[in-house]
Amino acid sequence: MGYLSLTGRDREEMLAVIGVASVEELFRDIPEGVRFGRELDLEPALAEQELSRQLEELAARNVDTSKELSFLGAGMYDHYVPAVVDTVLQRGELLTAYTPYQPEMSQGVLQAIFEYQTAICELTGMDVSNASGYDGTTVAADACYVAKHATGRTNVVITEATNPQVRQVVKTYAPGFGLEIVEVPHRGGMTDPGELRRAAAEAACVIFQQPNFFGCLEPAPDLAAVANDAGAIAVAHVDPISLGVLEAPGAYGCGIAIGEGQSAGNYQSFAGPHYGFLAARNEFIRRMPGRIVGETVDTAGERGYVLTLQTREQHIRREKATSNITTNQTLLALAGLVHLSWLGPQGLKEVGETCMSLGEYAKGRLVDAGLELLFPERTTFKEFAVRVGRNAKEAIHDARAQGVHPGYALGRDYEGLDDAVLVAVTERRTPGDIDRLAEVLARR
Amino acid sequence: MKLIFEKSQAGRRAGELPRYELPSAGVPEELRRREAPRLPEIAEPEIVRHFTELSSRNFGIDTGFYPLGSCTMKYNPRVNERLAMLPGFRDLHPHQEEDAIQGALELMWRLQEALIEVSGLHACSLQPAAGSQGELTGLMLMRAYFADRGEADRRDTIITADTAHGTNPASVTMAGYKLAKVDTDARGNINLDHLRELVDERTAGLMLTNPSTLGLFDEHIEEIAGIFHKAGALLYYDGANLNAVCGISRPGDMGFDIVHINLHKTFSQPHGGGGPGGGPIVVRDRLEPFLPVPAVVQEGERFRLDYDRPKSIGKVRGFTGPFGVFVRSYAYIRSYGPRLREMSETAVLNANYLLARLREVYDLPYDRLCMHEFVLSARTLKREHGISALDVAKRLMDYGFHPPTIYFPLVVAEALMIEPTETEAKETLDAFAEAMIAIAREAREDPEVLRDAPHNRPVRRLDEVKAAKRAIVKYGFEEHLDLGDEPAQSRQLETQRGA
Repeated sequence: MGYLSLTGRDREEMLAVIGVASVEELFRDIPEGVRFGRELDLEPALAEQELSRQLEELAARNVDTSKELSFLGAGMYDHYVPAVVDTVLQRGELLTAYTPYQPEMSQGVLQAIFEYQTAICELTGMDVSNASGYDGTTVAADACYVAKHATGRTNVVITEATNPQVRQVVKTYAPGFGLEIVEVPHRGGMTDPGELRRAAAEAACVIFQQPNFFGCLEPAPDLAAVANDAGAIAVAHVDPISLGVLEAPGAYGCGIAIGEGQSAGNYQSFAGPHYGFLAARNEFIRRMPGRIVGETVDTAGERGYVLTLQTREQHIRREKATSNITTNQTLLALAGLVHLSWLGPQGLKEVGETCMSLGEYAKGRLVDAGLELLFPERTTFKEFAVRVGRNAKEAIHDARAQGVHPGYALGRDYEGLDDAVLVAVTERRTPGDIDRLAEVLARR
Repeated sequence: MKLIFEKSQAGRRAGELPRYELPSAGVPEELRRREAPRLPEIAEPEIVRHFTELSSRNFGIDTGFYPLGSCTMKYNPRVNERLAMLPGFRDLHPHQEEDAIQGALELMWRLQEALIEVSGLHACSLQPAAGSQGELTGLMLMRAYFADRGEADRRDTIITADTAHGTNPASVTMAGYKLAKVDTDARGNINLDHLRELVDERTAGLMLTNPSTLGLFDEHIEEIAGIFHKAGALLYYDGANLNAVCGISRPGDMGFDIVHINLHKTFSQPHGGGGPGGGPIVVRDRLEPFLPVPAVVQEGERFRLDYDRPKSIGKVRGFTGPFGVFVRSYAYIRSYGPRLREMSETAVLNANYLLARLREVYDLPYDRLCMHEFVLSARTLKREHGISALDVAKRLMDYGFHPPTIYFPLVVAEALMIEPTETEAKETLDAFAEAMIAIAREAREDPEVLRDAPHNRPVRRLDEVKAAKRAIVKYGFEEHLDLGDEPAQSRQLETQRGA
């Protein structure tokens, strides 16, 4: 039972050294009135093989992407995770370490985070990255907090074409931050820079997603310019796997780049744990939330790494900290670093190109099958929306009966789109898989 | 050792992708990437060697004893890793239809039920990603609760203890509340007289860790709860130290209304060098309507996600929380069942044993039996031999141990906060005690060996002042500075390390 190491004899000897007669006595400071008087009402302890069987049975009741041909995306994606990621993540010295408070014990994790920060800065074109945030939603709230303090303004503008969950989380955080949230509607699957300009006048920041929630490419440089003209910080929410083919936010004027890291190196895992990333221009370095690793030297002049700029953080600054974040997602960020290293610049570009050409192929096949694209004028990255000619939820349900999950019902988040399905095509889908999707959804 | 970027060679690569005979799709010129990101160009064998070398320069609970106070560094069972990687969990999409996620929802529901039982409260949300996010969520719940009662404008202050984790005051600010701090008394309990002065009609609530970060159970917890409830305020339990009291004393029975539980502490999710974690919150029934959406609910034999919660604060994280963490923590709870009590008892026994072995050698600011951890002080070593808690910590590395948390809690000078956890063997505790005793002797006889420690780690003491001043936070490629050209000093800040 359990993972305890003491023998009965150990316990006796230890109690004698402490000078108490029983384990009970160790709890004498707990007032009688708050002692728990019965046994915990939990199911009996299981041996390892019983435990495995129970959880295997639960897992078997789920329909995962190995059992069903899936085109689900909408923020979580079935990208290929190379075997080296699993290998590295199971290294006990990394897996079972705490936050690297003692640098001499933690050079492995610290250097890995420094390398991760470098990779994120390279992808996004930014100067500084933190060691990760919780996920792609909370880093958006973090960006708002940075923007509020950097600009002294209390409005945040976010495009409606940004992932609904990101918007929901920002709205949950906003009252505590003293922020008002303004949403700018999409026009045909894209944000109109003129409309954004009218909303952005007094904004602390403008958040948009590239590619946006519909998979469409936004006129990102124009949106960033609108924010900058208004004295607001341009915040791009980007997909790391797109940044081999799409321009880096830093190259078109953004002050902060954020995103969900899952696409790079993490399994879907029913939405977590994953990592969010947050990177910024140098001017915001002392307002950044979360851990940051910096390079230094030891007393022998050798290079080494430490947690740095800690005067931003809760354990030093307490109520004046830039954030309360403590635990982050280092291990998942490490998975991202390993995956990105495995791909390299050429591999990353090829993944992006493959997603795009498979996406174009899928659009063509679905149009041939009698379906209508929701935003036919738009360039898309790895996702696109298609009208299925009936209630999307019903169409999805029926398609699943044939072993295909066609995607996400957009009507869940957007009025008037009850017949639209958001189809995600990663490099793991083949042209044959797409032919099967078209066959299942065919209208003629 | 070299950075992975310094091992890069143009044209080298690891991963290959399947190739399809498809026309390429064009990105509009103005959106196209102009300069490729300088990711490493490296072959797969060198990737594996690089990260294996990094791991050899790191210390985990798998490597050895890791008594980092308030972090509950217990053994992380390997079966849990295997179970989290079952395809039915690992490859499951969160937008899959409800009939296809019944196993996942049932696991989450069962975990919620177990956490409710351990907490002695009524409803649970697994959504918060970590303890600090649980805290923030809890404060959002307080705001929503008081808004619902028309008291939100009046109740603007949260009280925390001077022994609190830094996350407590930081969360208070992020939630838009004012902060008041209550002192600790000579026995290490909350100063009740001071508390009575602070609590008034503006008080929204208290955030408290119990046992405290001193490893002491507050002997007046019932009076404390009474003071807040009489004032119409709420009590928040920081669950960082829950490992001391599972099945022994429940936060709900102590009078707390909201609890967060660190799944990466008490329930063994490996912390991965900084994360992931999990920070579920469990609340009293009157706070349930405000919990984040969606809720995982049971209806007959089925489980579903309930979004119809009109009073909910909303979402604090994407989807339903870090599911892989739930798998591991649920597995951990099932491996103990009701004997979680024995887990906590053993954690407390181990801590008291170490305390008994060390109490004559180091200063003990609060002389009581401890719970799952205890705080010693190196102030006598500092005064008499100029040896600080930092020096003791660094020297422990030479003996093969991870140091305890140091310089925390702030109310103890030269603090050494030691949490052995329940999974350690007596021999390990003895070896650690011998090392601590030897170090105290060295402080008197050969203090230089401590000031120069550690002697056998991959690096010596690092210049943290330089790191903060130069702020080199990424590799600079051709322009990367070589800090080795500048004189190095041992400048390690005597600040909190751990917890």
